Amino acid sequence: MALPSYTTTGQRVGWYAFLTYCGLVFFFLIAPIFVILPLSFSSSPFFEFTREFMNFEPEAWTLRWYRQMVGIASVGDTTVVSNKWMLGTRNSFIIGISATFLATALGTVAALGLSRRNMPFKGTIMAILISPMIVPLIITSAGMFFFYSKIGLTHTYLGLILAHTALGTPFVVITVTATLTGFDTNLIRASQSLGADTMRTFFKVIMPLILPGVISGALFAFITSFDEVVVVMFVGSVEQITIPKQMWAGLRQEISPVILCMATCLVALSIALLTTVELLRRRSERLRGIKLRN
Amino acid sequence: MNEKTAGSILTTEGIPLKVSLQKAERRNKIRAILLVAPLLLFILFTFLIPIGDMLLRSVDDSYINTVFPKTFKEYKKWDRQGLPSEELYKTMFFEVKEGSGRSIGKATTRMNYAKSGWKSLLKKSKRKFKKIEEGPYKEQMIAIDKRWADIEYWKALGVMVDPTTAGYYLNAVDLKYNVDKEVVRQKENRRIYNHTWVKTFKVSILVMIFCLMLGYPISYLLSTLPLKYSNLLMICVLLPFWTSLLVRTVAWMVMLQQKGVFNNLLVMSNIIADENRFKLMYNETATIIVMTQILLPFMVLPLYSVMKTISPNYMRAALNLGASPLHAFWKIYMPNSVPGISAGCMLVFILAIGYYITPELVGGKDGQMIGNWIAYHLKTTLNWGLSAALGAILLGVLTVLYWVYNKLVGIENIKLG
Repeated sequence: MALPSYTTTGQRVGWYAFLTYCGLVFFFLIAPIFVILPLSFSSSPFFEFTREFMNFEPEAWTLRWYRQMVGIASVGDTTVVSNKWMLGTRNSFIIGISATFLATALGTVAALGLSRRNMPFKGTIMAILISPMIVPLIITSAGMFFFYSKIGLTHTYLGLILAHTALGTPFVVITVTATLTGFDTNLIRASQSLGADTMRTFFKVIMPLILPGVISGALFAFITSFDEVVVVMFVGSVEQITIPKQMWAGLRQEISPVILCMATCLVALSIALLTTVELLRRRSERLRGIKLRN
Repeated sequence: MNEKTAGSILTTEGIPLKVSLQKAERRNKIRAILLVAPLLLFILFTFLIPIGDMLLRSVDDSYINTVFPKTFKEYKKWDRQGLPSEELYKTMFFEVKEGSGRSIGKATTRMNYAKSGWKSLLKKSKRKFKKIEEGPYKEQMIAIDKRWADIEYWKALGVMVDPTTAGYYLNAVDLKYNVDKEVVRQKENRRIYNHTWVKTFKVSILVMIFCLMLGYPISYLLSTLPLKYSNLLMICVLLPFWTSLLVRTVAWMVMLQQKGVFNNLLVMSNIIADENRFKLMYNETATIIVMTQILLPFMVLPLYSVMKTISPNYMRAALNLGASPLHAFWKIYMPNSVPGISAGCMLVFILAIGYYITPELVGGKDGQMIGNWIAYHLKTTLNWGLSAALGAILLGVLTVLYWVYNKLVGIENIKLG
């Protein structure tokens, strides 16, 4: 952004100091995430940049940890470890996808109800529905651990899926309600007056308009479940390994660069999800005729 | 329109319009409730009831009453002056002798919280009671272990007679019941929680302040830059938001450890010597740095959305009227951005206060917060009453904050990007 010609030297200095400060903050936000990408290719087993690595010497760069992660390991006992990563990936996807479907269905329907003009106790109900996002995970996990063990849901996939669904619904409710603000209810009336029944109106008129919000909500719910570790540790059994649980175990016991490989994959996943959500948001704003940012 | 005329207008079916409208309104209301009901019930059963159930453990003291029902009944007759009667010794004797080892073991854990020594006393006694066939029991018990003649042990039982207790809450703030059920302070070396509470608040407030200091300028920049730049920079804020918490924690371990990137850079550029590398990992500093980075997006998003609505004309007008840029900022821009500041600060504080994963991984010994103690008692010491009490206090604080947040900002205005 160019400064106007009448600015004094002092103002210029101030402005560039401000820009530098902002640059440093952005660096603080983003640098740690990208620091791990190159390190996952380093042959050093300690998370550090060695001199050889910095000089791009071929023997300092390796795909060994990635091979271990997917289970093609040459070293005897590492196969067990690497299998755990793949098992974790499978479990994370099973739990994540199931929880996402449940959370999206429940959350979307609830958001439709909450956005109605004549919903009683709207504020209180909204506060309750959002609370899983606010209550510390350690308290949630403790509660679920005791209660689910009473009704036999601990150590089951069902228990984990239900728990993650509860944690994911606030995101769906928030994004779908946000899409529904400015929703023209006349469209529903028009559809009904033209003879469409409730279901047809929902799928043909409402759904296409709120779809961007629903999908972003679903992606939020998915990433919430995919990242969640505390509930999995308390409610799940020892064998129910997920990616974050395996990372947690890895960080606390044997610090292995395989963690960095998985972290790199997760960063790639989050970039993909973020891009999707950003594109959807813009599409949604365009559809609803709201001006883009700025 | 008054009652009379409203009543006289009829619909085509001949029903008064007012009645018909009311009916339609009611139907709409029911429809709205029916849409919300499934999720509300789901949250109730999978989330709220479990938490409520857990919180009940913080006052629950009924288990021990199921192990020693007769003893406690007999106990209430005791005047607490001098040693109890033969009758009380006798009931205690039989309930210890005949009770299952497992339930006695569980009960003694609880008894040890009231007076340490009970556990070893009962363990020893249970073994030796087998040989005793007939009374009088009082002398024989005292002969086995002279602690049976110590009135302090008997008095301590009085703390556990009621099926509910406030004892765990007292423990959670470094107080306890003495054997006479008076509230006293914990012994010097066992006072840990008040210190941890203070630390939890301190860390949360510091994280909140740092987030504001870092978040305010970049939100301002984002809200004033042209769209094509701000969208790109917004990615920098949103990407950490979407990246796994554990991944970001790992990344910080890589950055901050002794041989980590940060220290290496400083050594390479000869700012510090190789042997005085900073200890940035496994302490409170690490907890604060990492939590600040993790929670920063939650500060930027509400700030940005408020700053977007502040018209640049206000600042221009102030400058035009002769205010210096700083003065104009302080008097015009800042007050306008207060809703964003309060929303961001509250959200960051609310999320920070219950943090567990980050302090556990990077906090070392001195960076632990109250969430870590809850987990510790849940997993390691199995003192579930105490972890429930700590959780209940934390939840109480959060409920107040959440309520204020809802009043100030409105929960439906939470921004997720």
